[in-house]
Order: sequence, then C-alpha cells, then structure tokens
Amino acid sequence: MIIRKPTDLRYSDVTPKQVYLNRRKFLAAGSAALAAPLVRGNTPLAAAVKSPFSTTEKITPKDLALHYNNYYEFGTGKEDPGRNAPGKLVNIPDWTIRIEGEVAKPRTIDLDALRKIAPMEERIYRHRCVERWSMVFPWIGYSLSALLKQVEPTSKAKYVAFQSYYNSKFELSSFSAGIEFPYVEGLRMDEAMHPLTLLVFGVYGEMLPDQMGAQVRLAVPWKYGYKSIKSIVKIKLVEKEPPTTWNLAAANEYGFYSNVNPEVDHPRWSQKKERRLPELFPRDTIKFNGYGDLVAGMYAGMDLRKYH
Amino acid sequence: MEAGAAANGVVKRVLLSSWTKALVFALCLVPLVDLLWRAYRQDLTANPVEFITHTTGDWTIRFLMITLSVTPLRLWLRQPLLVRFRRMFGLFSFFYAMLHFAAWFCIDKFFDFQEMGKDILKRPFITIGMAALLMLAPLAVTSTGGWVRRLGYRRWRKLHRLVYAIALCGVIHYYWLVKSDVRLPLLYGAIWVTLMTARLIEWRRRRLPAPATSK
Repeated sequence: MIIRKPTDLRYSDVTPKQVYLNRRKFLAAGSAALAAPLVRGNTPLAAAVKSPFSTTEKITPKDLALHYNNYYEFGTGKEDPGRNAPGKLVNIPDWTIRIEGEVAKPRTIDLDALRKIAPMEERIYRHRCVERWSMVFPWIGYSLSALLKQVEPTSKAKYVAFQSYYNSKFELSSFSAGIEFPYVEGLRMDEAMHPLTLLVFGVYGEMLPDQMGAQVRLAVPWKYGYKSIKSIVKIKLVEKEPPTTWNLAAANEYGFYSNVNPEVDHPRWSQKKERRLPELFPRDTIKFNGYGDLVAGMYAGMDLRKYH
Repeated sequence: MEAGAAANGVVKRVLLSSWTKALVFALCLVPLVDLLWRAYRQDLTANPVEFITHTTGDWTIRFLMITLSVTPLRLWLRQPLLVRFRRMFGLFSFFYAMLHFAAWFCIDKFFDFQEMGKDILKRPFITIGMAALLMLAPLAVTSTGGWVRRLGYRRWRKLHRLVYAIALCGVIHYYWLVKSDVRLPLLYGAIWVTLMTARLIEWRRRRLPAPATSK
C-alpha cells in the first residue's frame, strides 16, 4: 500500500510574497502586452475636411459595424471577420500598394506616402450590400482620382483592376470560401475617376479596423458592397474589362457593374427593399443607392439589366 | 457477460424512464431558449431578422438529421428502445421549421401574402423549402398513436417515409441558399446519404424490397 504524505510546501511558500500579492498587476501587465499589437487599429485618424458628399442619415453604431462583416478571407459567417481578423492586417509593417499597367509612372507607394497625396476627408456614405442590408459609415479618405492622376494613366487605360491582400497562412482557402483568392475587383476608368469613389484609410475617426478592410480600401457608394474592395495591395490600369471575384463565382448573379438597382432582381431575391441595420423593418432601395444625381450620367444609354 | 447484461439493464431503465424523456425534451428546447436569451440581451447580431431566420433553419435541418438517425442508431447500438424519442425529434423538426417560416413570413415579408407568393413561385430555394414544410405538416398531425391506429401501421409507416424526401429538400434548400461556401450544405447532404445508405443495407439484409422514398 502506498501512503502518500501530503506535501508540506504550498504555493505561497515558493512564490515571493510581492509577486503573489501583486498578481493582479502581473496579469494586467501580461494582458496589456498581449493587447499591444491590437492598439494600432484604434489609432485616431483625423480628417481635416468635412465633405459635401456626406449624407445626414444616422451613422450605424460602430459596435455593429465591427461585428457584422462580409470578409470571406476571414470566414463566411457575418460574425467571423470580427472574431478572426483583428490584429492580422493592421500589424503588417510596410504595407504598400503597387500601381502598374497602362500608366506613365508605375510606382510602389507605402502607406505614409499614400496618406499625404491629398487631404483626408470624412465622408458619410450609405453602403448597400447585395444581400439586402445597408449601413451608413463615416469613412475617412480622399478621392481615388487623386492617386490615379499621380501615376499618369495612358490613353489605353480604360479600366482599373484592384487586388486584395491575401495570405493563406491565416486566411481561408478559396476552396473553403467558395470564391477565388486573392480577391479582385474592377471599375471602368470614369467610375474610378469619379469624385465619389473614395480611397479609404479610416472610419469612425480611427484607422481602418482589420475586419473593415485594413489598411486601405475603396468605398464606391452607388454600387453593391462587394465592389468596395478591402485591403488593397495592387492597382493595375488595363485596356480590357478585368475579372472580378463574385462575377467569376456566379456571373448571372453578380455583374461587372453591380450598380444598386431595385429594378433588377438578384436571381434568388428581390432588390426592391433593404434593411438599414439594426432596423427590423425594410425600407425601399433607391436606384444608384441614392447617388443617381451624381453618377447616373455615366450610364446614359446603357441597358442596366444587361450590364447589371 | 453478467456485467454486460447488468449494464444493458441500466441502459434499458434509463431509456424507459420518463425523466430521460423530460431531459431530452428540455435539451431540444435549448436552441430556442438560447435565441430568446440572446434577444433579451440584444445580442442577435446587427441583423436580427437574418440571425433568427438562419438559426431556426439550422436547427430544423439538424433535428431532421437527428430524427433520421434514430433508426440506424437503434440497429447499430442494438437499442430498439431509442424509438421512444423518434416522434419527439420529428415534432421538434416541425417546431423549428414553423419558427423558421414565421421568422421569414412575419418579420422578413411582414405578412405580405403577395410578396410571399411571388417569392415561392420565383425563387427555387424558397419553393423547395416551402414544399418541405408542406410535407412535414401532415406528418406532425399524424404523429399520434390514434393516427397510427386510424391509418393502420403499414399505411402510417408509408406516409412517414416522406421524411426522407423532406430532409433531402431541406438540404437542397440550404445548398441553393448559400452564396458560395457550400461546406455545411454538403455536410448535411453527406449525413443524409449515410443515413439512407444505412437503411438500404438494412432493407437488403432483411431481403425486403426497398420501398419508394415517397408515397
């Protein structure tokens, strides 16, 4: 029979008194160290200029915007990106955008240089998702046209192709998400040069959080949300209409133009109404998401059903 | 051997106990309680309507699969008494299906019969979901002992084989609904195939002609 003698040593006997009396401080220091890399996402970003393009509609509460995202690289559920993305993108050092293709001056520009190209504006835009929900975001950035002018597009530049950051080490595989990665999007040259098309660096007075497309993204408010590509690392000016991710996944459901249009149904649901989150009851969707006065001219004479 | 028999006796007693039934019933209600609790805490995501619709839909298909797994589990585990829970699981499938439908019709469509009708006719994933619900309703009604007697066991069993088709409709409904990530719908499809294969093997073993899956 084995009789085990209880050990006489207690944790208090082997731990210096100051340490165990200070365990709260110790834990706090530890968690602060862990949390430190996340702080950058909350860095304030000042916008010098208020924009006349801003809507006066109620801004979506930040807490909702941070926990309801479509960012398939971080999961296909709405709450996945808010769980999986934080800390993954904002901490990538030396984020650059490569601009190439039909331009006189191809360049690789780092974030600091990018931020200085034009004054930061706050623009409160409506954002209409193809899934029939909408939000209102106080974006911070400047018109994409300011950047594009710097690289001097040639006469052959008819379209602009964008590409998202992708790293299979911590992002979903194409197989799992069901769409091709890296994510690509595109705009026609006049759409890209339109003053409403915003290159976004921040939202809610802070730098872009990971799940909303850090470190730099687009906001194209008259088109369905997936056209507003997140986490841009590459811009290429091209002569032919570039491929776009959702169009590659299902061409009959997601066209190249993807202008918000209540008259053209998604094959699986009507686009007549939308839910302005967190509201319960739907409201009518407005053509071009209410920006028709500014953008409808670009599509004069086009069959918007065919070019949906 | 004796220990095994004793253990089997205990399992039998547990399966026969009305406490067990009450416990399983309570467990089946957990998804609803969780939903109500999240609603109370205003924790239904930014899009509560979508969250409620998806959650009740998820539980409908899960309960359909649980219901379909009772018979194969009875055979594999040699525990025929498991059948005591089959009707409860089936009725919970119907219960969550009704909540799923109510969420769609009451808060998404806001009682707009015309819009609902249009959607059912125009959108295949809604058509098939609606078909599944309509097939499920008579099974819920005829789930009582009285109905088994009234129909006669053979006819009753034939009618209730509709659940195979219902579960498959549920899988297709889900598959057609998702935008691109088909992993979960395919998983449920695989579970359905597995559970049906188990039945086919059993029917073969008993040298009975395999009955048609519908009617």
